[in-house]
Amino acid sequence: MTEVVFVLAASLVFGIGVWGLLIAEHLLRKLLALNVMSSSVFVIMLVAAGGNASPDPVAQALILTGIVIAVAATAFALALMISIYRETGRASITDEDDDDR
Amino acid sequence: MTMIAESLAGLVFIPLGMPLLVLLLPGRARGYLCFAAVLALPLCLLPLTQEVWSGNEITLALAEFHPPLGIVWYLDGLALIMLWLTAIVAVPVSLHALTSFPPNEESGRGFWPLWMMLLAGINALFLSADLFNLYVTLEMITLAGVAMIGIGGKALALKAAMRYLLLGLLASVLYLLAVGLIYGQTGALDIYLVGERLETGHLASTALVLMMTGLLVKSAIFPMHVWLPAAHGNAPGPVSAILSGLVVKVSLYMLIRIWFWIAGDWELPAAATALGLLGAGAILYGSVAALVQPRLKMVIAYSTVAQLGYVMILFPLASVGAFRAASYQLLAHGLAKAAMFLAAANILKSLGTDRLNALTDLDRKMPVDLFAFTLAAVSIMGLPPSGGFLAKWLLLEAAWKQDAWGWLVLVSVGSLLSAAYLFRVIALTCFHPGRRHGPTRWQPPPSSATNAALILALLAIAAGFTSAPVLDLIDASLPPGGIWP
Repeated sequence: MTEVVFVLAASLVFGIGVWGLLIAEHLLRKLLALNVMSSSVFVIMLVAAGGNASPDPVAQALILTGIVIAVAATAFALALMISIYRETGRASITDEDDDDR
Repeated sequence: MTMIAESLAGLVFIPLGMPLLVLLLPGRARGYLCFAAVLALPLCLLPLTQEVWSGNEITLALAEFHPPLGIVWYLDGLALIMLWLTAIVAVPVSLHALTSFPPNEESGRGFWPLWMMLLAGINALFLSADLFNLYVTLEMITLAGVAMIGIGGKALALKAAMRYLLLGLLASVLYLLAVGLIYGQTGALDIYLVGERLETGHLASTALVLMMTGLLVKSAIFPMHVWLPAAHGNAPGPVSAILSGLVVKVSLYMLIRIWFWIAGDWELPAAATALGLLGAGAILYGSVAALVQPRLKMVIAYSTVAQLGYVMILFPLASVGAFRAASYQLLAHGLAKAAMFLAAANILKSLGTDRLNALTDLDRKMPVDLFAFTLAAVSIMGLPPSGGFLAKWLLLEAAWKQDAWGWLVLVSVGSLLSAAYLFRVIALTCFHPGRRHGPTRWQPPPSSATNAALILALLAIAAGFTSAPVLDLIDASLPPGGIWP
């Protein structure tokens, strides 16, 4: 029963993440949305590998590695966002002047 | 046997150690040290090639832990070919980078550690046969690749890098979700174990769709290619060559591995046809878009979108012939496209622009760079004798054998279109009526940069003559199930 709750909650959170990624214009919001998505994925991984009933050390190691990677990627993305802000004065990439120059 | 383990470790840990080592050294020594590390990669490959050549697949359980708990490195013919491609492309690209990213300048300080990290990631990925290990190495590659695009610090490149990063991270989340689902059902991450244990059903199909979608985004297969042209077209010189020559191949390789090694014996004709149709879309859209681009690097970037489409035709054909063709296409395109981007980098740097209408008297100014570009173009168009010709010929042969006329026509039309967009460039540079009116101020590129492009272009042609050993290696590493003779 708890598993169903976890999966439903995770799916909801995942959906919120996708929605945020699509809708948000500010890069910070997009990055937060991606982080929300990865959190829900970690919950699903935890449940898929047995949940509370029989904790699986391998799954927890995977999730821990996943969290580390998500943190590293987020830190890097934030740095990239700051350089974009310094260059263009805006922290978004929805633009008009793409292709050529 | 000990040499084997050391060589395997060398492939990953020599480039992995460099970024740390480089921090301790003064500026000028950094580039040369990293260049030496790149030269060590082919040496590491030699004992491994000998071993695989004599018919053995190499398996190494890290720290003696065996699956399902431990992580195993596998090396078969296909992975070996991809490792050789990486090593062969890396040497001229690094030669080029010694002049285009001088190690004692700001740009060089950024480039060399990232390039080493990227190489370590690529080599580790080709050795991995563990779904989660593949995820970690793919993330390493994406992060290093994105960072390299932004080295110049120009707004266009930074925005392209950000778009690539956001889509790349989204793709990773999808892939990771699939890994979680598969682990939950099978309790294994090793590709071979998963292939045995995973049973067809809703869960397995969901996982497969998630995984394939993530990898299609990372390999920029139509219609998920939106990030590629801007990212590859605006990246600084050798970085474009690295991204188009190596980085997109990595996720395509994973796509092939996962489809044929895990889902090889599932009956999925509709899904396979859908993947083939995506490839068709890539070939047609990429080629037509390349025809109308105003800048040389954008032409080459859209050409990458188109050329990757040919690999996707492997999925509906799924025969030994198609498998050979797709593997050879990965190899030939990697060499030719890296050569093209290096030549384009020299042109852009010398003239200060790569707008096609400024290239009208290039044959007078930079004959060797133009020669390298044209040789690479011969391979991309699939004219004999070149690697690209062989790949497309094998693909046509495979389609012919299965009476798959649709795919046969598609490959032919795609080749004609690629000839059209490349001859457009060549005609502008050599036969334009308004020629001799290009920019008057220009600087010849350093000779080592020109030579790097030329070496790669010659290798792309030479790939047309090395088919026998490569095809033998491919034949020795066919997927365990699900491929027709």
